Amino acid sequence: MSLDQLYQQIILEHSKARHGSGLAAAAAPEGASSGQSHQLNPTCGDEITVRVSVAGGKVSELRWDGDGCSISMASASVLTDLAEGMTVAELRTVIDSFREVLRSRGKVPADPEVLGDAAAFEGVSRYAARVKCAMLSWVAAEDALGQALAA
Amino acid sequence: MVATPAHLRRSAAALGNEEVLRIRNDFPILQQHVNGQPLVYLDSGATSQNPLSVLEAEQEFYEQRNSAVHRGAHHLAVEATEAFENARETVADFIGAEWDELIWTSNATEGLNLLTYSFLNASLPGAGPEAARFALAPGDELVVTEMEHHANLIPWQELAARTGAVVKFIPIDDAGALDLAAAAGIIGPRTRVLAFTHASNVLGTINPVAALVALARSAGALVVLDACQSAPHMPVDVKALDVDFAVFSGHKMLAPTGIGALYGRSELLNAMPPFLTGGSMITTVTMERAGFLPSPQRFEAGTQRISQAVALAAAVNYLSETGMDRIHAWETELGQRLVQGLGSIPGIRVLGPAAGEERIGLAAFDVAGVHAHDVGQFLDSRGIAVRVGHHCAQPLHRRLGLTATTRASTYLYNTTDDVDAFLNAVADVRAYFQA
Repeated sequence: MSLDQLYQQIILEHSKARHGSGLAAAAAPEGASSGQSHQLNPTCGDEITVRVSVAGGKVSELRWDGDGCSISMASASVLTDLAEGMTVAELRTVIDSFREVLRSRGKVPADPEVLGDAAAFEGVSRYAARVKCAMLSWVAAEDALGQALAA
Repeated sequence: MVATPAHLRRSAAALGNEEVLRIRNDFPILQQHVNGQPLVYLDSGATSQNPLSVLEAEQEFYEQRNSAVHRGAHHLAVEATEAFENARETVADFIGAEWDELIWTSNATEGLNLLTYSFLNASLPGAGPEAARFALAPGDELVVTEMEHHANLIPWQELAARTGAVVKFIPIDDAGALDLAAAAGIIGPRTRVLAFTHASNVLGTINPVAALVALARSAGALVVLDACQSAPHMPVDVKALDVDFAVFSGHKMLAPTGIGALYGRSELLNAMPPFLTGGSMITTVTMERAGFLPSPQRFEAGTQRISQAVALAAAVNYLSETGMDRIHAWETELGQRLVQGLGSIPGIRVLGPAAGEERIGLAAFDVAGVHAHDVGQFLDSRGIAVRVGHHCAQPLHRRLGLTATTRASTYLYNTTDDVDAFLNAVADVRAYFQA
């Protein structure tokens, strides 16, 4: 598998664009229920904090702050674009699907119908050392979502 | 015994590419291709590779001598014990120690934990008068440096937390050298232990052992040397360095994983309380109590890593026959080539001593706008193996304002072509990631 299959253009672009980055700079939206989760990858020091806000059964906002490799930063950016506007159930489905693909060691193909731009991370599943990088923000979002619903 | 390869008879001439290419033939793993390119292995600072003579020594042990040591009167038991103890003598001799001053451990991390747990045992009530010199009380100080590997930091933190002692650290300057003036102010009457690395696994700095030992001696403190990045790469004589303890790992010096050693002055080892207890380390045992053997058995409870010790001795023989001074000179050349080459690539910040300044044969660096993981992935696509991350030195990286870096580390089997292939690839990294 070539390097370009891992670092697809969409990943390189999102790693620079970082949609949703800037949690610390903005307060959680009023009228929404918010949860926040900090996740760390101790092997490389990558870390991310994700805040998920839910209003009327939908994800009204996802914001994050993080420091890490292009895979982890692009993954958080793509997740932001996907998650906002989704229902809670839809976000859970997409997170489950993403996890299944990433942990499949290349055996489960990504379904672009479900994952949208996140399907670009399919190639990461062949690089065991990088799966955690891609999953970091998604694990944080799942945890933050649970907290938002419990709040 | 396995014969020494002909080309390894010690030569007076400097090590160079031609001889290194012959050396490489002794390392089967280096012959392979990775991602369609010849493997360029620049991660020996993490784990080195094994020459055939080491692999054969381990296999020969299992085929000819395998048995329990220090017990049993049968032929194989005698052969195994002899191989095991000869290995100890070989490795002790390699660092200028006596045989009974070298304790086998799994690795340097275990050696440091053995020390700190022994000191903890010495600090407990009823430890006895012999152990008193190692006992720690609240307010006692354990001094380390800002550049330590976690293995030479966390055991001291834990020991401090359990005894009320305090960990202090000697700061570094921006060029990665220890601040000796600050050290003179930090090491004082409350200092009980000074533990520091001989050579930094991140910065490449070689620390001034004599100056630090002098400070420790004037304070009456014990000196612990982390020799993980020095013993494999340069001549190390623990007596000439005048340290009390030293640790190193076999897998960083051509031996398999699972074997390392702790050196200690015999007088100290025989006064220290044991860490692990059980079989093989005792004199008389009753249902109530046990007496302990002197060093080294005192610290070698249970069945030991016999074949690994034999393999480490074979590794040490390989290094000695090549010549540690020659290896050091060659790696110094490679280290300078790394630093000079990296320094000429835009957007690269090399950590540690500048080009021309003393450093071991490694270089860690930051690439502007590209995370170390991505750098490592890019290099891997060209068949180049490097280490990425914090290299088990988070406090050092934080001090330098970084979370992760990329590190290339050389050994006696690396050529200047390896370094150049690496430099050429690094030069392409920022363009690939559009940084």
